[in-house]
Amino acid sequence: MKQNKYLNPYLGGVLLGLVLLSANFISGRGLGASGAFKSMVVKTVETVAPTHAENATFYKENIHEHPEGVMKSWLVFQVLGVIVGAFISGALAGRLTFKVEHSPKITSKRRLIFALIGGVLFGFGSQLGRGCTSGSALSGMAVLSLGGIVTMAAIFGTGYALAYIFRKNWI
Amino acid sequence: MGPLSVNEIISSGTNFFLAFIIGIGFGFVLEASGFSSSRKLAGVFYGYDTVVLKVFFTAAITAMLGLLFFSLFGWVDLSLVYVNPTYWHSAIAGGIIMGAGFITGGFCPGTSVCGAAIGKIDAMVFVGGLFLGIFFFGEGYPLWENFFKDGFSGFPRLNEVMGISQGVLVLLVVLMALAMFWVGEWAEKKFPREEY
Repeated sequence: MKQNKYLNPYLGGVLLGLVLLSANFISGRGLGASGAFKSMVVKTVETVAPTHAENATFYKENIHEHPEGVMKSWLVFQVLGVIVGAFISGALAGRLTFKVEHSPKITSKRRLIFALIGGVLFGFGSQLGRGCTSGSALSGMAVLSLGGIVTMAAIFGTGYALAYIFRKNWI
Repeated sequence: MGPLSVNEIISSGTNFFLAFIIGIGFGFVLEASGFSSSRKLAGVFYGYDTVVLKVFFTAAITAMLGLLFFSLFGWVDLSLVYVNPTYWHSAIAGGIIMGAGFITGGFCPGTSVCGAAIGKIDAMVFVGGLFLGIFFFGEGYPLWENFFKDGFSGFPRLNEVMGISQGVLVLLVVLMALAMFWVGEWAEKKFPREEY
C-alpha cells in the first residue's frame, strides 16, 4: 500500500474513541451531528414561519424541549467545533481546495445529484432513527445501546445490500 | 465524579464550551483519518478502502473499554450516562433509509460537515440535502408520528438482553472487531485501490 498522508486508521480510531469517552465523561452523552441540523431546521422554520412552527407538532415539540432556544443545544456547539477541527486538519495537511470529488467514470453533475439525494435520505432517516452514524450508531454502540446497535447494523447492512446497484458511482 | 455536567461539577456554560472543544477534536480526527473524502468512505462497501470499518470499530471499542474501566474505578456513574432508547420500528427503518443515503451520497452527516469544511462541494450539497430531508420529516411528521413512536422497548443495553455482564460483552465485541480488521486488511489487498 502506498504511503498516504492520512492518519493511521487504528490510531485515528483510538483518538476518536478518546474524544467519545471525553464526551461521555464530561457531559454524560455521546457525539452527534444530525441533532444540530435538526436544531437549525427548527430555528429556520421558527424564524421564517413562526405560526407554522407553533402549530406543527414536530417543531412545537422541539421548541418546547428547549425553552432557552433550540440553538442553545450541546450538539450545535459540538458541530461548530467539528467545522473548526476539520478545517484545521485540512489546512495542516494541505487539503483545503474547492472541488467536487468523484470517480473518473462519472461526471461532476451526476456526483452532485447523488450527493443531494443521499443528503435528503440521510436527513430524513436520521430523524426517524433518532440519530445518525455518530449519535445513534457510534455513540449508541459505545454505551452498548440495543437501539444504537440495531441502527448501526441497518445502516451498514443496507449500504452493502445496495452497493452493487450503485457501483458505477464509486468504482 | 463523572459525568461532570450531570453531577453539576461544571456549569451549563462550561459544558457548552467543552462541547465546542470536543467538536474540534471530533472534526480534526475525522478529517485527519480521511473521512472528508466520500470515495474513501464509500470504499468500505466495495472493499477497496476499509478505513471506515477500522476507525469506527477501533473508536467504539476504545470508548467502550474506557467507560467500562472508568466505571470500575468509580470515575463515572454509568447510570447517569445517556443510553439511546430502543424503538424497533424506527431504528430499523431509519437505519435502512440512512444506509441508502450513505451509498448514494457517500457521506453521513458528521463526515459531510468535515468535507464541507475543507471545500468539498459534493459535501456542501449533501449538507443542503440534510436540511431538506429533515424539513420533509418535520413537515410530514403527522403521517409517520405513530410509526416513529411504535415499538418502544425502553433503554436496554445489549448485555442485559443477552443476560451477560458488560465486561463479557465488551470482550466479545473486541474479538469481533479484531476479526473484522483482519477481513478489512484482506479486502484491501484483494480489491484494487487507486489514489484519490
